Amino acid sequence: MMESLFYLASFIALVATVLALSRANATHALIYLIVSLLAVAVIFFLLGAPFAAALEVLIYAGAIMVLFIFVIMMLNLGDSGVAKERQWLSPRYWIVPGLLAAILFGEMLVALQHHSAALSGKMISPKAVALELFGPYVLAVEIASMLLLAGLVGAYHLGRRFLARTEMEEELQEELKEQEQQRAQP
Amino acid sequence: MNGLQIPLEHVLIIASFMFSFGLLGLMLRRNIIFMLMSLEVMLNAAALAFVAAGAKWAQADGQIIFLLILSVAAAEVAVGLGLVLQIQRRFKTLDMDTAKRMRG
Amino acid sequence: MAGSNYLWLIPFFPLLSATLLMVTAGQLPKKIIGFLGAGSIALSALCVALQAQHFLASGEIMQVTLWTWMSVANFAPGIAFYIDGLSIVMMSVITGVGFLIHLYSLEFMDDDSSYSRYFAYMNLFVAAMLLLVMADNLLLLYLGWEGVGVCSYLLVGFWYRDPANGKAARKAFVVTRVGDAAMALGLFLLFTELGSLDIQTLLLAADSKWQSGDLIPTIATALLLGGAVGKSAQLPLHTWLPDAMAGPTPVSALIHAATMVTAGVYLIARHYSLFLLAPITLEAVAWIGLATLLIAAFTALAQQDIKRILAYSTISQIGYMFLALGVGAFSAGIFHLMTHAFFKALLFLAAGAVIHCLHHEHNIFKMGGLRTRLPIVFWSFLIGSAALAALPFTSGFYSKDPILLSAWAMPNIGSYLWAGGLLGALLTAIYSFRLVFVVFFGEAKTLPNKQPGWKMSLPLALLCLLSIIGGWFVLPLDHVFPAYSHGEINHSVEIISIATPLIGLAIAYGLFLGKQLSISGFTQSTLGKALQSFCFSGWRFDALYQLLWVCPYQVLAQLWRNEPIDYLYRGIVSLMQWSNEQLSKLQSGELRWYATSMVFGLVILVLIMLRSLS
Repeated sequence: MMESLFYLASFIALVATVLALSRANATHALIYLIVSLLAVAVIFFLLGAPFAAALEVLIYAGAIMVLFIFVIMMLNLGDSGVAKERQWLSPRYWIVPGLLAAILFGEMLVALQHHSAALSGKMISPKAVALELFGPYVLAVEIASMLLLAGLVGAYHLGRRFLARTEMEEELQEELKEQEQQRAQP
Repeated sequence: MNGLQIPLEHVLIIASFMFSFGLLGLMLRRNIIFMLMSLEVMLNAAALAFVAAGAKWAQADGQIIFLLILSVAAAEVAVGLGLVLQIQRRFKTLDMDTAKRMRG
Repeated sequence: MAGSNYLWLIPFFPLLSATLLMVTAGQLPKKIIGFLGAGSIALSALCVALQAQHFLASGEIMQVTLWTWMSVANFAPGIAFYIDGLSIVMMSVITGVGFLIHLYSLEFMDDDSSYSRYFAYMNLFVAAMLLLVMADNLLLLYLGWEGVGVCSYLLVGFWYRDPANGKAARKAFVVTRVGDAAMALGLFLLFTELGSLDIQTLLLAADSKWQSGDLIPTIATALLLGGAVGKSAQLPLHTWLPDAMAGPTPVSALIHAATMVTAGVYLIARHYSLFLLAPITLEAVAWIGLATLLIAAFTALAQQDIKRILAYSTISQIGYMFLALGVGAFSAGIFHLMTHAFFKALLFLAAGAVIHCLHHEHNIFKMGGLRTRLPIVFWSFLIGSAALAALPFTSGFYSKDPILLSAWAMPNIGSYLWAGGLLGALLTAIYSFRLVFVVFFGEAKTLPNKQPGWKMSLPLALLCLLSIIGGWFVLPLDHVFPAYSHGEINHSVEIISIATPLIGLAIAYGLFLGKQLSISGFTQSTLGKALQSFCFSGWRFDALYQLLWVCPYQVLAQLWRNEPIDYLYRGIVSLMQWSNEQLSKLQSGELRWYATSMVFGLVILVLIMLRSLS
C-alpha cells in the first residue's frame, strides 16, 4: 500500500517537474512546480520524515512559490512573453542541454547500480530532529541565520531600488541606447 | 508507522532524475525566472537525496541538512527575485541571452 | 727613499696625477696640467732611479704586499710588488723614456684643445704599465695588461672626431683582445693546475711538477704566447699596430714603440722557466719572431707614411726580441728591448718633430732636404736610424749582434734563424736609411713653418745620447736568467753579421741618394708593381682577416639584424593574444553558456569518479 503510494507520488513529482520546466507560461509552470513540491512532500512523509514534509509544504510550496508568483505578477509579462518563450523552446535548442543532462543522469544511474540497500522504514520524529539541530548542529543554525539575514538585506537593497529611479539608472539607459545605435549602424 | 519497504536506489534515482531535469532547464531556458525555478528543482532533488539517506540510517541528520538547504533556497530566491526585478527594469527583458554587457 | 717601503710611490704618482686630471676635466690652467702631467712622471722616474741605485748596491730582491686584493678560499691575490733586475730595467725604461716623451709632449700637444685629457691618459698608461712590470702575481699583471690596453685604445682614438681614428682604436683594441682572451685562458689553466697565480710560487711549482716537454706547460705557454703575440703585434696579430699610428706621435713613441708593445717580451721573459719546460713553444716563439721580422721589414720597404714605416720597423724589431727569447738568449732580448726603446722613441719623436714642423705632413715623398732646415731633428734621426740599422758602435749593434749570434748557436735550426735575421738586418738598414735619405736629403718639397723648441729638443738630445751609449749599459739580469753563452762562434759569422747593415746602408745610398743603382725597370714591370702593392698592403693580412673574420661576422650580423630569434618570442606573444581573444569569447556574460560549460565539466568529473570507483 505504502509502496504504491510512494511510486504514485514519485510519478507525480517527476511529471510535474517535467511539465513545470517545459511550460511557456510562467504562472502555469509555477503551478506545476507547486504540484511537484507537494508530491515530494508526500515522499518525505512516506520516508519517515514528517517534519521535513511539513516544512516542504509550508516554506517551499507556500512561501517561496508565493514569492515567485508575486514577482511574476509584478512584472506583468503578458502574452507576448509567452509567444517568445514558445519560440525559445523549439526542439533544436534541446539538443545539447538534453544530451548533457541525459549523460549526467546515466552516470548517476551507473553510480547507483552497485549499491543495493533497503530503507530502514523508521520514522524520525520532529523532536529527534530538534535535539540534533540544537545540539551538534547549533553552529550550522547560526550560519543559516546569518545567511538568511544577508538574503534579507540583499533583497531589501535590490527591491528598494525598483521603486526609485536614480541617476545611475538614467546613465545606464543612455548607455544602452548608444549600444543599440552602434548595433544598428553596421 | 512501520515499513516503507523499497530500496534506497529508487528514491535516489528519482532525485537524480529531478536534478538532471533541473540542470536541463537551467541550460535550456532563457528566461531568468525559469532558471530560478530550475535551481529550486535541483535544490529540492538534493534535499530529497539527503532525506532518503537519513531515512536509510534512521538518523535525523538528513532532515537537518534539508533544513539548511531550505534556508539556502529561501535566501537565494529572495536575492534572485530582487535581481529579476533589477534586470527587468534595466534591460526591459528577462531574456538572459540579450541581457549581457560583456563583449566577449 | 729607497727600499720596499717606498715602492708604492712609483705607480702612485702617475695614478694620482691621472686622477686629478680626469676629475678636473681640463678646468685647470694649462701650466698646472703640464706640471702635473710631466712632473708626476719625473717624480716616479726619480723614485725608480733611487730604487735602482739601491738595488744595484745591494742586489736585494724586493717583495712587498700592500694589501690583499681579494680573498676567496685559498685564492688570495694581493696588490703586491716583486722587484728584481728585470723589473728594474723595465721600470727604468718606462719612467725614463716616459718622462722624456712627456716633456716632449708638452710642446707637441701645446695647441691641442684636449691637453688635459691627453696627459690624463698618458699618466694612467704609465701607472698601468708600471703595475704590469712590478706585479708580483699574474692577476695584478693582468690588471696592468688590460689597463695599458685601455689606455692604448683611448690614445689611438685620441682625435676621435675623425671616424678613421676611432676605427683604428677599435681595431687595436679588438685584435689585442684576441690575444688577451688566450692569455686569460692561460691564467685559468695555470691556476687550476698549480693552485697559485703568484709568479714566483707558480714558477717553482711548475718546475717541480712538470718535466720538460709535458703537455700542460706546452698548452699554458702557448696561451701565454697568444697574449704576448697580441700585445706585441707579432704574427698573426700584428695588423693593429700600423693603424694605431692614428694617435698622436708621442703616444706612438711611448706606447707603440718603447713600452706597451714590449710587454709581450716581458711576459715571456718573466716566465722563462715555464717556457723552458715547453721547448716546442719556445721554438714557436723563435719562428714567429723570425717570420714577423721579415714580413714587417719587407712591408716597411714599400711604405710611404713616415709613421707607418716606423710602425713596421717596430714590429720587425720586436720580432728580433722574440727571436732572442725563442733561442733562449733572454738577456739579449731584454737588452734589445731597452736599446730599442731608446732609439725607437728617438725616431718617433724625431718623426713627430718633422710632422709637427711640416704642417702635419706624413708622406715621406713630400718631404726632403730637411737636413739643413731642421738640423737637430736630422741628427736625431740619423743617430736613431743608425742604431735601428745596427751600425757598429751604436746601441742597436750591441743588442742585435748577440741575438744573431745566439740564433746561429742554436742547434739544427740555428743557421736558418741566423740567415733570416741577417736578411732582416739588411732590409732594416735599407728601409731606415731610405727614410733618412728621402726625408732629409734631396730637394725640399715642403718648407717647415716652425722649429722645435727646447722641450722637444732636449728629449731628442738625451735620447740621442742614450741611443749611442745604451749599448755599454750592463743590465742587472745575471740573477734573473740562467747564464747563457753561445760558445765559440766562427769569426766569419761575426764579420758577416757586422757587415750586413753596412751593405744595406750602401744599397740604400745607391738607390735613394746617389742613384747609382736603379730598380725602376723592375718596379715598373707588372711583377714589380704587384710585389710593391703586395708589400705596401702589409702582405694583404688586412684583406685576409677581412675575408676570414670580418666578412663572416658582418654576414652573421646582417642575418641576425632582423632578430630571427625574436620571431619565436613574438610568436609566443601573438599566441597569447590570440588565446586571450579566444578565451575572452568564453567570458561572454551568457548565463546559459556558463551553466552548460559547468555541466560539461561536471559530467567529466563524475566520469572520472566513476572510473576510480570501478
